[in-house]
Amino acid sequence: MTRLILIVILNALISNVVLNQFLGICSFLGVSRQIKASASLGGAVIFVITIASAVASLLYSLVLHPLGLDFMKMIIFILVIAALVQIVEMFLKKKSPGVYKALGIYLPLITTNCAVLGIAIDNVDKFGYNFIESVFSGFGTAVGYTIAIVLLAGIRSRLTEDDIPRPVRGAPVVLLAAALMSIAFMGFSELQPAIEAILN
Amino acid sequence: MKNPYLERLYNGLIKENPTLVLMLGMCPTLAVSVAAINGVSMGLSTLAVLVLSNFLISVMRNVIPDQVRLPAYIVIVASLVTVVKLLIKAFLPSVDEALGTYIDLIVVNCIILGRAEAYANKHTPGLAVMDGIGMGLGFTVALTLAGLLRELLGAGTVFGLRVFPPEYAIGVLIQPPGAFMVIALFIIIMNAIGIKTRQHELVNSDGCDGCCAKCTMRCEEAKEETK
Repeated sequence: MTRLILIVILNALISNVVLNQFLGICSFLGVSRQIKASASLGGAVIFVITIASAVASLLYSLVLHPLGLDFMKMIIFILVIAALVQIVEMFLKKKSPGVYKALGIYLPLITTNCAVLGIAIDNVDKFGYNFIESVFSGFGTAVGYTIAIVLLAGIRSRLTEDDIPRPVRGAPVVLLAAALMSIAFMGFSELQPAIEAILN
Repeated sequence: MKNPYLERLYNGLIKENPTLVLMLGMCPTLAVSVAAINGVSMGLSTLAVLVLSNFLISVMRNVIPDQVRLPAYIVIVASLVTVVKLLIKAFLPSVDEALGTYIDLIVVNCIILGRAEAYANKHTPGLAVMDGIGMGLGFTVALTLAGLLRELLGAGTVFGLRVFPPEYAIGVLIQPPGAFMVIALFIIIMNAIGIKTRQHELVNSDGCDGCCAKCTMRCEEAKEETK
């Protein structure tokens, strides 16, 4: 249990998916204008990444690895994730239209979000996590994404009032805000050796 | 410029530089620009995939049915990335070490699917290959520039050769925050000298017009349904 909690903390705060790993930057910068939209996108990301990590891990340990088809994982994972997002979308549309309305636009956007594919590959390739650990690592990653995008949206909602020099308006000021957030998150890296010592 | 093949090179390198003007492929740009050499190797790997995928997609543009074109493109690109990844792993282990998962993630790089959609599926193989070379070189140049700047100021070296002692370097630039700062600096410079970029689309998207979204499946459709 401690192990699983540490995996979540490691993925959510220490190696934060956007501020440290630079995955899913497009939607992080693009959809962080309003806190509400960012929170919805965060919800959709948590949902999809957790399921995708579970499915990818099962597929790898039960099918690809036993058959010696490790090299096929990228092709298989990206197709499975694309199909999975569509199935989730159809399921939500039928069973809970309320959730579908809130997440709908963002679900297709997530298919090309590199965070989903990146964490699915890292789970089996870099970390060698088992099924349960992969699910928690996926969940932790997505929570980290949500924390980052909601925080950035909070900062951006204040920036709109400010008098910013013309060349810095638009993308640069958002990137600089992200840089400052990234510096703040670097503080968590002090925890990394201790957590990795327990995990290994 | 009259020659359409040379025009493609100019377009990819300067006029529509994928990173600096179109603001595509931000994830690898931020992630691998720690050192100039990483920028070069990532840029050239992407170039190889882009040229081959543009060629294959252009050759097959009359064979692939319109409704399933995106899944077909993804399979083509994923196969090519697997080939490139295995080759790098076999012959350039140090590059594999430095770039890690980011080589796999070339598959979801918007530049590749974006060029397939915007150019390769409408033009002849020769032009598509030149477009791939132009765009790939544009990406390589931008990545290398970002890497050079971060490496020089952050570690005091250029391609690993020491320029000034490490005590004078600004260490934060080779840490993750430095990536955001250097890209912000590039955009500020482009804005200040009046070059038009897609920087506003980078930070303002409602799901469909953002930088990644144009290569997303069924985006407009989902937007309609949720209205």
